[in-house]
Amino acid sequence: MIQSLGSALGLPQPVIVATLGLWAVLIAATGIVLALRLRGPGAYQELTDRTASWWWMIGAFTFAIAANQTVAIVFLAMISYLALKEYLSLIPTRRIDRGLLLFAYLAVPIQYFWAATDWYNMFLVFVPVWMFLFFPALMALTGETQNFLRAVGTLSWGLMLTVFCLSHLAMLLVSGEVHNPVAGGVGLLFFVVVLAQFNDVAQYVWGKLLGRHKVTPRVSPKKTWEGLIGGVLTTVVLGAVLGPYLTPMDAPWSALAGAVVGVSGFLGDINISAVKRDLGVKDAGGLIPGHGGILDRVDSLTYAAPAFFHFFRYFFTP
Amino acid sequence: MNALTRLVRFLFFAVLVRGVILLALGLTVRHRERLPRKGPAILAANHNSHLDTLALMSLMPLSLLPKLRPVAAADYFLTGKIRSWFARGIIGIIPLERAKVRKDANPLAPLEAALDCGEILILFPEGSRGAPEALGRFKTGIGQLAAARPDVPVIPVYMHGFGKALPRGSALFVPFNCTVSVGEALHGAGSRRDFMAAYEARMAALAEAETVPDWD
Repeated sequence: MIQSLGSALGLPQPVIVATLGLWAVLIAATGIVLALRLRGPGAYQELTDRTASWWWMIGAFTFAIAANQTVAIVFLAMISYLALKEYLSLIPTRRIDRGLLLFAYLAVPIQYFWAATDWYNMFLVFVPVWMFLFFPALMALTGETQNFLRAVGTLSWGLMLTVFCLSHLAMLLVSGEVHNPVAGGVGLLFFVVVLAQFNDVAQYVWGKLLGRHKVTPRVSPKKTWEGLIGGVLTTVVLGAVLGPYLTPMDAPWSALAGAVVGVSGFLGDINISAVKRDLGVKDAGGLIPGHGGILDRVDSLTYAAPAFFHFFRYFFTP
Repeated sequence: MNALTRLVRFLFFAVLVRGVILLALGLTVRHRERLPRKGPAILAANHNSHLDTLALMSLMPLSLLPKLRPVAAADYFLTGKIRSWFARGIIGIIPLERAKVRKDANPLAPLEAALDCGEILILFPEGSRGAPEALGRFKTGIGQLAAARPDVPVIPVYMHGFGKALPRGSALFVPFNCTVSVGEALHGAGSRRDFMAAYEARMAALAEAETVPDWD
């Protein structure tokens, strides 16, 4: 049955099995949350919202990878666009740059086009070189020097994080077709996305259970060493289980990849937390009930996606 | 309004407005539960953009769409045939004369009539979009209306971000996330001055609770 499902959807069989496993976990988690709710009306409301949002997010992700590669790339580009929009709405901007920001949005489809066409060199240089040079020049030409450095700095940084870093997911999907004989690009995409999100949840759960010693009291007071270490170890175990199944990596390499995703995911998380602290907001937005904005959900991936991509490319691409 | 216009209006709001607001704008709504579930009611919001009206209308369920009536300046929206048809037929505005009218005439009479029919008015007491993302002075017509219909809840709504996305004097739409904070309902039981003070206080409190990034 799984084989026929795989051939009908054009998906590698391991990805089908892993996706079914993901849904099984979601259904089990939902059952636990529903059971917790029986303790009293209104109890665990945030957890309920979060779980409901997971259904939407996992549903959208499943649809995107099951449809075809183009749909998946558009889905990922959409995440970049929403993250960039959220970022630009949070930071101080200048009135004079209003029109110019439309060009910043245009960087999203262009960057994902390089990924979609597997144009690796252009993919690498477009944001860090061309966009990095283009926007300061455009801003200088408009002639407003007040807060120039702030405007240039915040825009370049935001483009790097929300467009360049996140677009590594699309590049992984496309380039993985050749470099992952086990389960294709979609296997690699599944591996890093599910691992990074699972890592977030694992760190949260371990932190809730055992958390005592704060890692970064000023940036993110809820992050504890117990949560971090427990989360990373759990992610290492899951990575070691999933990796050999979905990627060309054997169990030890997969465990190492799990550590890379776990640690970089944590760093991506506190990076966005520091931005929110600096700006004086609690959540980056209100798009995802229970989670906050889209940046609150993909924060770990802004680090984990490029970190895993280059880890994999360095060690497993001829 | 004929049946065809009603259908176009429904499709315009159900598909186009909701789609654009979801994808190109993105709303964070605080205290959505404070929005009225039936008419008559008045939504009284600050005004920075044409998007304000559309965003507020998109927050109400489609079943209430026939009851939603934005109050808009007659001198602006009733100029030209197409604009006038669009404003009246699709947006469903109640035109209001902004210029001084004769003393014995009550310019708010059409609004009172609409409330008596159970409609939900969308009103911008600043009277104009004004400078982008800046709160102007509130005109007191809303106080007069509230005093005339003390049973009708007036819901203060503070919006921000819309003036960045599509400010007055610009046709260039730039995507920005916007926030809509809904306040607790007020009633015009006392004097007009008391009502205005209460409304201003609610709006100031809503604005205070938001972290609005600098826009210089």
